[in-house]
Amino acid sequence: MFDFLNNPDYDLVGAFWTTIQLTFWSAIGSLIWGTLLAGMRVSPVPLMRAFGTTYVNIFRNTPLTVVILFTSLGLSSTLGIQLASSSSPTSLADNSFRLAILGFIVYTSTFVCESLRAGINTVPVGQAEAARALGLSFTQVLRLIVLPQAFRSVIAPLANVLIALLKNTTVAAVIGVGEAALLMSTMIENESDSLFLVFALFAVIFAALVLPLGLLLGWVAKKVEVKR
Amino acid sequence: MWSRILRAGAAVAALSLALTACGGGGGSSSSANLADKAKNDKKLTIGIKFDQPGLGLKQPNGTYAGFDVDVAKYIAKQLGVDESGITWKEAQSAQREDLIKKGEVDFIVATYSITDKRKNEVSFGGPYFIAHQDLLVRSDDTSITGPESLTGNKKLCSVKGSTPAQNVKDKYAKEVQLLERATYSQCITSLLNGEVDAVTTDDIILAGYALQQPDKLKVVGKGFSDENYGVGLKKDDTQGRTAINDAIQKMEQDGTWAASLKTNLGQAKYSLPTTPPAIAP
Repeated sequence: MFDFLNNPDYDLVGAFWTTIQLTFWSAIGSLIWGTLLAGMRVSPVPLMRAFGTTYVNIFRNTPLTVVILFTSLGLSSTLGIQLASSSSPTSLADNSFRLAILGFIVYTSTFVCESLRAGINTVPVGQAEAARALGLSFTQVLRLIVLPQAFRSVIAPLANVLIALLKNTTVAAVIGVGEAALLMSTMIENESDSLFLVFALFAVIFAALVLPLGLLLGWVAKKVEVKR
Repeated sequence: MWSRILRAGAAVAALSLALTACGGGGGSSSSANLADKAKNDKKLTIGIKFDQPGLGLKQPNGTYAGFDVDVAKYIAKQLGVDESGITWKEAQSAQREDLIKKGEVDFIVATYSITDKRKNEVSFGGPYFIAHQDLLVRSDDTSITGPESLTGNKKLCSVKGSTPAQNVKDKYAKEVQLLERATYSQCITSLLNGEVDAVTTDDIILAGYALQQPDKLKVVGKGFSDENYGVGLKKDDTQGRTAINDAIQKMEQDGTWAASLKTNLGQAKYSLPTTPPAIAP
């Protein structure tokens, strides 16, 4: 039934490894950039607040496919921004991979920012006031008092964002990153007589990746929750 | 907790089985063969490409033009259906077998290569054209003269997962890099920007794109594979297949075949075949 998997051209493990790598680097980048954005959105400087709000509203409301396609067709192809040396024998693949990560960070960080901002709102305002009264600066208040508590209350929403990111990485296939969805379109082209098996196979593997991730992060969220 | 997880898993499995059953079982109500159906209803639904210049392209005014469209119209006419009785439906590459199996289209003329795997799912009339995988390059590029010049880190573009893309990976992976994009138009953009050196797929498809920008693009014209384009129809519809084959043969003999190729793709800087392929037994 699954004998088409014996075809040596189908590197299922490699494709899903690329998916995991994409998710890993995009998650780290989104967490950093999303935290900075959340900081901007609650900062006392009007210019930074305006930037944060504009950025989040633009990229959260742009379809991911458009963002990813723009990194490739707009940034790389038309504006000539290359993220890999063009003389290297794998420049196209490396370039697409890095552009995809850039696109995912740009998009996913808006969701991280908004989750985190909701978390900041759960920290009682008296805490920030008390910290200010002690003479801490805005960044110190954020870094030492507010964010540590905010993060603990948003593990579950951030897990949602991570799971969405893992599944969103399939969009990278449109710019030719060799991840799971690209392998799936190759299989669909060749294995027209077992389409549903191909779909089922990929659905099951994605479920196998997402389910433990969700359970683990759900458990962590319970563990570190701020009891109020 | 585990019993709950197991129960949820069972529900998902049951759901997916139900979905698969829907996909496989649902067919059209009439089981008559294509030729009889066309004669009785005077109506046909035909699957074509909507986005392939020179082959099957939706025009701004809502009509369709191209070589595949002409072949489809000719077959329909031979089956006794006027142009007004044809409903055109977009048949994207990945959906073609499914459209036929579910009876959403009566037959498909959409750069549909005959392969053994596909023959397990659908029947093929024809072939009505033999295409060869070729290279499309910028007009001023003299470094690429054929597959043998694909050396020294040249960059190619094709549609993700497509057969031409896989051919490149299999045969030239050590010498060239492949960029996989979602559509050929995106590949053309990359080619014009200089991001890649060539776009590769079947010559007749490339000729259609070369035609859109004749002063910037040219087809190299040294094919390195054979793709037999067939007319896809329901599996085991022998009468329908014979009717389609007769129509194709007639189209080839009365000169319509060559004339249609010439009108649709004759302007491209690319030499078209003059003799049609033999119909497969």
